[in-house]
Amino acid sequence: MIRTAGAILRKDLTIELRTKESVPAMTLFTVTVYVLFHFGLDRDSLDGELASGVLWVTLLLASVIGVSRLFAAEREQGGIDALLLAPVDRTALFVAKAAALFLYLLVLELVAVPAFGLLLLGPDLLAALPELLAILLLADVGLAAVGALVSALAAETRARELIVPLLLLPLLVPLLIGAASATAPLLRAGAAPEDLGRHLVLLGGYDLVFLLIALAVFDFLLED
Amino acid sequence: MAEADDGPALELSGLERRYGERVALGGVSVRLERGRTLAVFGANGAGKTTLLRVLAALLRPHAGTARVLGAELPGDAWRIRGHIGYLGHDPLLYRELSGRENLAYQARLHGVPMERVGEALAAVGLERRANEPVRALSRGMVQRLAAARATLHDPALLLLDEPRATLDPAAAERLEPLIGRPSGRARVLVTHDLEGGLAEADVAVGLRAGRQLFALPARELDAARARELYA
Repeated sequence: MIRTAGAILRKDLTIELRTKESVPAMTLFTVTVYVLFHFGLDRDSLDGELASGVLWVTLLLASVIGVSRLFAAEREQGGIDALLLAPVDRTALFVAKAAALFLYLLVLELVAVPAFGLLLLGPDLLAALPELLAILLLADVGLAAVGALVSALAAETRARELIVPLLLLPLLVPLLIGAASATAPLLRAGAAPEDLGRHLVLLGGYDLVFLLIALAVFDFLLED
Repeated sequence: MAEADDGPALELSGLERRYGERVALGGVSVRLERGRTLAVFGANGAGKTTLLRVLAALLRPHAGTARVLGAELPGDAWRIRGHIGYLGHDPLLYRELSGRENLAYQARLHGVPMERVGEALAAVGLERRANEPVRALSRGMVQRLAAARATLHDPALLLLDEPRATLDPAAAERLEPLIGRPSGRARVLVTHDLEGGLAEADVAVGLRAGRQLFALPARELDAARARELYA
């Protein structure tokens, strides 16, 4: 299964590197939204809850772009049929797609988080970075699991552009609450983390629940 | 494993498939021995592609029985995965990957040694264009590559949907050892070429609006009767 997932992931990353359809669009969207907030809020800097909310809502909205495109090549070029004809564990497709989305999110955040620090954040970002990295990683795992599941669900529907945000965003509410609550104290001037362990456990629990749900139901999503 | 089964390649009885209320296949019954060819005739929308997709276990039958390579569908569909070569209208190739990359990907999925990729490219005459993205190839070349993809894993049963429609005569001849009668594989061949289809078939099935009008040995069917399907 891991070998099959590796083959699918390698194929997906090669296609993304050549087409540049997902990650550049997600990144451009995120930076543009930060610029819009910069002017729309008419403030030079944000901190605390507001900064955390802007950071996370923008990242989650950007993820919709990646999730919408995650199964595009399979849907448009018959990749799912080819996979169903092969003697492979279909769960490998979920693992590969979730891993691809996780990597897309990491690349996005490499640009988006420094851009957020420059355009909007008042307090020094560097001081919050170690804790913020842990929150980002845990949130990305959950986002990747839910995103791959929703993308597979929407892939065979006609209104997939509508279904992805309608399904994905409500499912991400617990993740948003956990990530934003954990991040807010880090983005206050001179503030230290508050209840970070509790928030990380919440995010980890969310990741675990959705990974297990996805592994349990993914096979059925590919059924006729 | 399905390969070890000595029974017929196909055994269908009263096979049905619907899309909502619409009957796409209604009561298809036919038997095909291993190594033989079944030609499927019918006008557009007659259910030919649906039949192939049911046989490939890509669609579930809604009624009747379907035994493919000894495996009862849909319950035992897992047994035939990897034993079927499907060459449909869609080449099942990624446009941004090269021919070689596409075949290497398929080889990994099917657990086929990588040496087979070069052999398959040579068999369809695409070694020199193997590193170009599929989107840069002509339709005929894509079809040749799709034939290499469909036969890479040496399937026991080939499901072919108008496989020569985009091929020039030389390319069609080149693919004969892979997808033609000389391949020795059981084949289900969907074609609008009545004379050509009958010439290479052992059994012929005629479909109209999903209903089976005939299923009989190909030698007992003349092209004029088959042509009535298109009237």
